[in-house]
Amino acid sequence: MTHGAVTLLLVILALTGCQREERDTRPQSALGSGEQPTPVTTLEPGGQRPSPADNKAASFEANAFHLSEGKRLFGWFNCSGCHANGGGGMGPALMDEKWLYGSSIESIHATIRDGRPKGMPSFHDKIPDDQIWELAAFVRSLSGNVPSSAAPQRNDDMMPHPSENRLPDAATLGKSP
Amino acid sequence: MKRPALTGFAMACVLFLQGCAGWQSALDPKGPAANELAWLIWFFTALCALIWVLVMIALAAPLLMRPRAPSEPLVLNAGAEHRKLRVVLIAVAMTVSVVVGLTLLSFFANRTLAAIGSGAALTIRVTGHQWWWEVRYEDATPNRILTTANEIHIPAGEPVRLLLTSTDVIHSFWVPSLSGKLDLIPGRINVLDIKADKPGVYRGQCAEFCGAQHANMGTFIIAEPRARFDAWWNDQLRPARSPASGEAKTGEDLFLHRPCVMCHRIGGTPAGGTVAPDLTHIASRRTLAAGTLTMSRGNLAAWIADPQGVKPGAHMPVMELNGDELNAIVAYLEGLK
Ligand code: HEC
Ligand code: HEC
Ligand SMILES: [Cu+2]
Repeated sequence: MTHGAVTLLLVILALTGCQREERDTRPQSALGSGEQPTPVTTLEPGGQRPSPADNKAASFEANAFHLSEGKRLFGWFNCSGCHANGGGGMGPALMDEKWLYGSSIESIHATIRDGRPKGMPSFHDKIPDDQIWELAAFVRSLSGNVPSSAAPQRNDDMMPHPSENRLPDAATLGKSP
Repeated sequence: MKRPALTGFAMACVLFLQGCAGWQSALDPKGPAANELAWLIWFFTALCALIWVLVMIALAAPLLMRPRAPSEPLVLNAGAEHRKLRVVLIAVAMTVSVVVGLTLLSFFANRTLAAIGSGAALTIRVTGHQWWWEVRYEDATPNRILTTANEIHIPAGEPVRLLLTSTDVIHSFWVPSLSGKLDLIPGRINVLDIKADKPGVYRGQCAEFCGAQHANMGTFIIAEPRARFDAWWNDQLRPARSPASGEAKTGEDLFLHRPCVMCHRIGGTPAGGTVAPDLTHIASRRTLAAGTLTMSRGNLAAWIADPQGVKPGAHMPVMELNGDELNAIVAYLEGLK
């Protein structure tokens, strides 16, 4: 009896792992406008309204599928042409702890969407919004800023750094908390 | 079984056999390699069926025969012992010769398959992507090299050499009516020679599980008389037609200023993406998205409006287009004959 209950519990626990890779391939507003939904009022039951961007950021960073999509698009959209595989080239390195425009996923999203003055092009019309979030989440994984349980695995080609899921956690600098 | 039931059963069997014909069937061969394989399949099946029947008879016979009086265990009967030994030896010899014989047969069939490509004048590089086929016609003259997708035109009656590779995971190229299957492996080139005896359209399918849309990774081999094939190749080398209407012109502008340009190439325009199918002559193809939809204005619109609804997981994202923009892009692509 207890054996059955324990097995059941373990199975249910294992199932929670499925969320790690939940594949959401459609943006919330297919055929809609690309802008963030503008709140009509700031009055919300319960006070503070959570910013929609925050939800997205969190769900993209903890999701192995979105991170690996970001990794694929980083090559497909030729980010690697200027940033190499994160080590930097004509554009700055993305795998170090230095951020010119902030390390939050929102500011990286803004960098990719709107561009930056010293040579980072704007991809506003060129990359659908969800894919920009995927790229931003992947860029953060290059310096160990996403959960290693979700970060992408090794590349087929030679890389200047270990695979993203083996980088030291940026928050604790690799030391266990 | 009663008479009508039996006739019905036989007719159903014949009807099922009907399913073996058509444009994608190893049992309805349309080229020398598939012929060789079909012959092997039938021979193996027939021989194995015959052996199975003989074994069943040998097993059933003693069961059905009247039991003999049990022999005295201590009395030696040399004659009977020898007969039994001979039966076993004959059975072993037959088994060995059948296995060796079938091995030799498939060896010679393989030799024939390998000889099909000798003297192939045309080389086509087929690259598997999740979940479509990139097709590149090699030529000594660089400006005659042609890149297209999902449809492989070949001259009928001539051997053609396919160089198979992949950029992501292992796929497998299989056009049952023309040849056996061969894997497309990242970082490696496998050579498959094919030949279609007669003009026709033969369907192929990825035969190695490669992810979510493996089932929708079809391809078509279109065998044509040499003259038609050469005309097709020359026609495909043209840059894309310029838009014929105002709406199509708007569509071209949208294509060049929206994400489409990041992934797709359209010859003669600045769109030079190489990670997705070449769309220079998209409207001349029979199907969309590797055989998922037939080519039509409506299906083009359906695909561009919601690729994730048509082929969930495919590497083309849903883009934000309003109705007018969608119509304009479709009008443009529809003109790319
Ligand atoms: C034409 C070259 C070029 C391309 C292509 C390019 N970048 Fe950049 N990127 C730059 C340059 C140059 C900068 C520095 C801008 C500055 O200092 O104002 C930069 C800055 C950035 C930053 C900010 C870094 C920081 O320290 O804050 C991020 C993030 C970034 N790029 C990501 C991307 C992504 C993702 C792509 C692909 C979609 C991409 N870049 C494509 C040249 C490029
Ligand atoms: C991120 C890359 C990407 C972007 C952006 C993109 N596509 Fe695609 N497209 C693909 C891929 C990958 C396929 C092949 C999908 C498959 O068959 O699995 C494809 C297939 C197609 C096809 C069918 C091609 C064929 O040979 O059957 C058409 C038509 C098409 N895309 C049009 C467009 C249009 C129009 C846009 C812009 C509104 C666009 N695509 C944007 C990646 C992209
Ligand atoms: Cu497949």
